[in-house]
Amino acid sequence: MPLLEVKELSVTFTQYDRGLRRKKATAIQDLSLSVERGEIVAVVGASGSGKSLLAHAILGILPRNASVGGQMAFDGQPLTASRIRQLRGKRIAFVPQSVQSLDPLMRVGRQVRQAVRAGDPAEEQRMAFARYGLAPLTERRYPFQLSGGMARRVLVSIATVSGAELIVADEPTPGMDPAVVQETLRAFKTFAENGTAIVFITHDLEAALAIADKVAVFHAGTSLEVARAADFEGAGDRLRHPYSRALWRALPQNGFAVPDLGANEPLSRSAVGCSHARGCALATIECAKTAPKPRELRDGMVRCYHAT
Amino acid sequence: MAAGRQSGIGKFALRQAGKLALLLASACAVTFALISQSPIDPTQAYIGADLLRVGAEQREAIAAYWGLDDPPLQRFWAWMASLLQGDFGTSMIHRAPVSEVIVERFLSSFALMIAAWLLSGILGFAAGVAAAMRRETWLDRAIKWYCYALSSTPTFWAGLLLLIVFTVWLPIFPVGLGTPAGVPAGDVTWLDRARHMILPALTLSITGISNIALHTRAKLVDVLASDYVLFARAKGEEGFLLFRRHGLRNILLPAVTLQFASFSELFGGAVLVEQIFSYPGLGKATVEASTRGDVPLLLGIVLFSALFVFAGNLLAELIYRWVDPRIREGQSE
Amino acid sequence: MNLRTRTLIYAAVALVLLLLPAALSPMLGGDRLATHLAERNEPPSWTHPFGTDWLGRDMFARSMKGLALSLGVGLTAALASGLIAGALGLMAAALGKAADRFITWLIDLFLSVPHLVLLLLIAFVTGGGAKGVIIAVGLTHWPSLARLIRAELLQLKSSEFVLVSRHMGRSNWWIATRHLLPHLWPQFIVGTLLLFPHAILHEGAITFLGMGLSPHQPAIGIILSESMRYLSTGMWWLAFFPGLCLVVLVRSFDVLAGGVHALVDPSRSQE
Repeated sequence: MPLLEVKELSVTFTQYDRGLRRKKATAIQDLSLSVERGEIVAVVGASGSGKSLLAHAILGILPRNASVGGQMAFDGQPLTASRIRQLRGKRIAFVPQSVQSLDPLMRVGRQVRQAVRAGDPAEEQRMAFARYGLAPLTERRYPFQLSGGMARRVLVSIATVSGAELIVADEPTPGMDPAVVQETLRAFKTFAENGTAIVFITHDLEAALAIADKVAVFHAGTSLEVARAADFEGAGDRLRHPYSRALWRALPQNGFAVPDLGANEPLSRSAVGCSHARGCALATIECAKTAPKPRELRDGMVRCYHAT
Repeated sequence: MAAGRQSGIGKFALRQAGKLALLLASACAVTFALISQSPIDPTQAYIGADLLRVGAEQREAIAAYWGLDDPPLQRFWAWMASLLQGDFGTSMIHRAPVSEVIVERFLSSFALMIAAWLLSGILGFAAGVAAAMRRETWLDRAIKWYCYALSSTPTFWAGLLLLIVFTVWLPIFPVGLGTPAGVPAGDVTWLDRARHMILPALTLSITGISNIALHTRAKLVDVLASDYVLFARAKGEEGFLLFRRHGLRNILLPAVTLQFASFSELFGGAVLVEQIFSYPGLGKATVEASTRGDVPLLLGIVLFSALFVFAGNLLAELIYRWVDPRIREGQSE
Repeated sequence: MNLRTRTLIYAAVALVLLLLPAALSPMLGGDRLATHLAERNEPPSWTHPFGTDWLGRDMFARSMKGLALSLGVGLTAALASGLIAGALGLMAAALGKAADRFITWLIDLFLSVPHLVLLLLIAFVTGGGAKGVIIAVGLTHWPSLARLIRAELLQLKSSEFVLVSRHMGRSNWWIATRHLLPHLWPQFIVGTLLLFPHAILHEGAITFLGMGLSPHQPAIGIILSESMRYLSTGMWWLAFFPGLCLVVLVRSFDVLAGGVHALVDPSRSQE
């Protein structure tokens, strides 16, 4: 049984237009995802594709004008709004994308210690700082005295000291130097080996492949493919979706074949048809008419009429 | 690092002292220019109410003694020279040195102002926090409505209403006067003084509340929409814990500084309130000095009130420098 | 009903409330203000909605007269302050460093003394009376608006489109009329409108303190300060209604200014 199961999730925003007309904008549609204990699932997609909203939906911190559809379950029980409130910070931890997420007027050591749920807070915080290469003196610093990379390591520390069974990490690595990125990724891997489930949201396919077991390729508010990390190899022939293949081939070691990835525009404007239809080499009239439903394929999921 | 900070403080002190000197010198010059250009006869102003009893010869003698017939610039220098020696002249109304009158009256006003200042700060802050934490509920709307209504309410009218309600309809409080009438000064107890201060202090605090409440509300609404509060919620913090950990910390400092920077309104409010409740403080002295033409006292009060406002602003800035780590530790980096 | 219509309606109602005393006060002259010893100290009734005073004068008529007077003094003084603020703000931004430094110094100086003390000082220096009150209120309300206009102009001066125009060899006059004025107008109008409530409240305050207007001119401040002698005998209506009218007047100005702000400069008027 997966620790976290997301089924047909949708996130819709109600906005007020000029003249006070109500307008709905769909940001996530028909998204399904599951994570087992000890498993790292990477959610990879371009910025603006709605990845962060997935994290916010899991943690119940979407803005007030957002409404959520579909089902989520944690440890076999439905993840309702009130259950999220009980679980977050205890069994579910979050690494936010914004470095502004640290309280500007509190020493960072204290912010980490406040997140500890079991054991000696000071001890846990020092161990976490040592693990991510933060000097002991850092705990006396305020956020404005940290570099972007250091702030992110503090955020990762906060998530990991909580002892949560599920960590949702939203772009935890930008701004860190490469050695520290490796260190952080290795730490995630260690946590997963000890049974923690991790949802790793990133735009960096390479970082994702370094630690992930499964990769969900995210585009325009939904996942186009869920593949094993091992499927990303060679010319990408084992990948199911043309968009995933294009992403894979765009990596430097694969020759930078820069494809037309199609616009990442909000769903409401391109609601009909496959979101990747424009710029896809395999596109047919069918693709432009109705969006393909997700289907099982070779131990993974794909949302494409032409996948083989 | 420590040396760097020390020289920073030295530089700060020096700059503030320079600012104060410039301010006081400017205030002296402008006030003096205003008074010497005015249609008021300085001799008459100095003699004041005794004018009818003073003959023409005596008037000339007085004018000569005070140097009132000298050219304005010369008079200005003479006045400045005595100011620098701490001599503010003699108050006509009180027949006492201006500096003595100001100190005595200010001590009396100070108790009133401090009480009102604390009251409006605490109530305003609490109201602002309550409104922001319960945003867009009836509570928020009521507090906002109250603040806007109060900002349109003249202090003197609010004072009169309190006077009607609490001394005429429900005779709970005595009418001002600082001390009970007919009781020798030595027998006035601390409690009596406090009882006579309640209504004036309440009136003075009422109008101060709306400013601090609206400011605190706006600030806390911003804080609650910040990334770090979103993250705090994702960490399971809620309600009062969330406010205590992140809200309070981030709105207290701006509120305290705002309160210190409001000394100007506080002084103005005290002038009105002391007049309504016949409270014998500096505010009442200001009104008397200007309605009865006590020029030396009025000049002294103008300078003193400028000093008072400056002190408030300076305290606000000092608190920021001491408390806010972004300034405190930012300099030495 | 959308926001725009609602704002317009609020502003219109506020405007009517503002004009009411000015329209009513000529009709209420003469007899109602005269002494009627038979009708002294009457509480509010249908014939005298605000009651009568110790001389039997109708308090409603006196209040309306007082409001009209406050309105007149407030308008004159706010306009004067608005003009001073506009002129000084422009000069600070246009006449170079020395002028800017002088005007900044002047603004700081005016803000360094409590407003009420400054009002009393100027009213005293100008010899009191209606003239003294108008001059005092008119001369002391400009600093914050002047500071705003100066800051706005300095920011506009260094903005992209002004720099581009300058590179294209446009004259100062061209830049001032095409770029600066259109941006500045709404700020100036709204800023001046927002001075009115302050001016009226301060006019009330210094007449209340006994500076200026004579007891024959029933300014609201004077009515209220006279009423103090009679409050202990229970004549609450002498203070309650005139003060309430002043609050409504001031609040109407605030609402009107807010409405105008929303209409001329929608982006900045969001709460």
